[in-house]
Amino acid sequence: MKNFLKAAITSVLLSSLVLTGCDEQKPANKSVYLLLDTSGTYTKELDKAQSIMNYLLATLDSGDSIAIARIDSGSFNEKDIIAKTTFDSRPSTTNNQKRVFKNKVDTFVANLEKGSFRTDITGGILQAADFVNETQAGEKYVLIFSDLEEELQKGHIRDFPIDMQGIQVVALNVTKLRSDNVDPREFKNRLNHWQQRVEDGGGNWRVVNDLERLDRMFVQN
Amino acid sequence: MNEFTNLINLWSNNTSVSSLIWLALLITLLYLGRVQAHQLIFSSFRMLHTSLRLWARSISQLIGRLKSRNKEVLLAAGQAEVKTKIEREFNRISTIVQRDLSQYPAIHREIKTAIETVEVDYQNCAETAPLPPAWGDVVATITALPSNGDPTVNKILDNIKQSIDDAHQQSLSAYQKSGSDRHKVLAKMQPDWRKLDDKMDLVKEKVDSLEERGQIIDQQMEEYLSIRSKDDKAANILATSSLTQFFIAGLVLTIAALGGLINFQLIAMPMSEMVGGTSYIGSLKTSDIAAMVIILIEIAMGLFLLESLRITHLFPLIGSMDDKMRRRMMIISFSILFILAGIEASLAYMRDLLALDHEALQQALLSTNSSDSQTAVGSSAEFRWIPSVGQMIMGFILPFALAFIAIPLESFIHSLRTVLGLFAIAMLRTLHLVLRSSASLVTQISKVIISLYDLIIMVPLSAERALERALVKKRNNASQNKSINEEII
Repeated sequence: MKNFLKAAITSVLLSSLVLTGCDEQKPANKSVYLLLDTSGTYTKELDKAQSIMNYLLATLDSGDSIAIARIDSGSFNEKDIIAKTTFDSRPSTTNNQKRVFKNKVDTFVANLEKGSFRTDITGGILQAADFVNETQAGEKYVLIFSDLEEELQKGHIRDFPIDMQGIQVVALNVTKLRSDNVDPREFKNRLNHWQQRVEDGGGNWRVVNDLERLDRMFVQN
Repeated sequence: MNEFTNLINLWSNNTSVSSLIWLALLITLLYLGRVQAHQLIFSSFRMLHTSLRLWARSISQLIGRLKSRNKEVLLAAGQAEVKTKIEREFNRISTIVQRDLSQYPAIHREIKTAIETVEVDYQNCAETAPLPPAWGDVVATITALPSNGDPTVNKILDNIKQSIDDAHQQSLSAYQKSGSDRHKVLAKMQPDWRKLDDKMDLVKEKVDSLEERGQIIDQQMEEYLSIRSKDDKAANILATSSLTQFFIAGLVLTIAALGGLINFQLIAMPMSEMVGGTSYIGSLKTSDIAAMVIILIEIAMGLFLLESLRITHLFPLIGSMDDKMRRRMMIISFSILFILAGIEASLAYMRDLLALDHEALQQALLSTNSSDSQTAVGSSAEFRWIPSVGQMIMGFILPFALAFIAIPLESFIHSLRTVLGLFAIAMLRTLHLVLRSSASLVTQISKVIISLYDLIIMVPLSAERALERALVKKRNNASQNKSINEEII
């Protein structure tokens, strides 16, 4: 009887431990790809992009991946990636990686003198989709910091479906152009066009223009 | 639904008329089968009532068995406890006898020596110096002698008087000296008296201590005898004591669990630096499991340590080991506990470093100006060592504090048997009450159903009763007429 009681108490303690752990889902690691529009006047908005990057670095943790790339005239190119990393499993190393990452992006923003002539958003999204898929993360995000006005170079072909299966695409700080003021429908049409492309490719589309509420970028589990 | 309507309208297209016919048929049928229906209802509910009473009786017997078993368990535990207490008291008495009364021959010798010294001194006091002779009368007689004016006689008498005075003075001095010597001897006796008094106090103290222990043993023996006689009062006292112990041990275990939680928080984060923060076992982080395992090992080592010190008796195997092996086990478990406490202290320090690093990074990410963050960090750096040292001390002390969990755990397990038994009895009593209430309820329900049955067939039943009454009346009239006729004849 005594031994039975001891065994019972041990079992209760262990099972409560296991049950406490079981009711929580294992958190999925994240992969985030931030596309920065560096075309024309949008370069003035890059300080906001730095705030977003800082938020991402503060939010992401060990095992998560992050990359920042610019959108220029031909964005389907590894050279446009400013910095990328997958955070180490050790917290101290992760902190160092975040510092290095921040320095790289700060240097890029400081040295950027003039923006690109064209804006190849599709190329950037294709590049981003490749990156986030390669990381095999549980949650994949492509953040587009742009006015979403695509201007392609002559000869570049981008009017084909993009595979965005399982990817959350978040448009950040989508500014209104001068022409949008003349005809606001253009702004709506632009957003709808990108939403349709992303959703046709199997992805999810969201717009977050209020940079005070960056927590809305990520899906709340 | 249609079929039902058709069935209702079987006798007539008018639903009311058809329903009335159905009702009449039903009442007729019920009236015809009244006796059988009553028997059926009565026997069915009687069967239910009987089986419920049977269950209640079985539960009652089970309660009795459980109560007697609980009492036996309680008395056995109480008996073992009192036995241990009595053994401990006897051990204490043995220690007192060995420690204090073993010195008794020496004390006795000292007392004897002191008494002898006092005796010798007393005898010395008794040797009195000779009293001055009664020459006073002689001197007075000589002084009173008539001198007759003869200078020679006068001179002789003066000389005699002078000699006698001198002898008297000498005797008096000798007497006074002897008295002073005796006082000195008596003064020398004073420390011996005091020594004697101290020794006697010491002996009294030891004897009193033994007497106190004896009284405690008497009380415990009374308790033991009461338990041995399987007295209900003793069982009740033991049950109350067991419940108190259960709640107190539960409270202490809760406090220990909270301590363990704090300990876990202290080492879980730095543990991810050792085993990685991204790997999972099931849905739990490996680093969290590793931290938990360390805490559980510390608790286990604490159990073994207290077990080998014979403070707790959860593992009879450890308690029955020979002293050499037990001492080895004690040293090993203490060493492991000490090493783990050291590891925890270093992990706590690492946690502080990581927190500091994380804080610096967060400040760097939040502030656009790097000098702001440096100033912020610099201003608080002066007092940074306080939480660091505090966390290290906590990391080192908590494992030892957790090691003592074995004591309340043992009490909790022992008292849990009684508490579970009492709980089971309470549950069974409730069940017994429910079953008995259900049995009487079933009887009442059967009566209500029979009454309802009769209510439905009240028309033919009333007719039957009226007919019966008329028949009885007719029969009475007939018998009365018959008797009148007989009387007339």
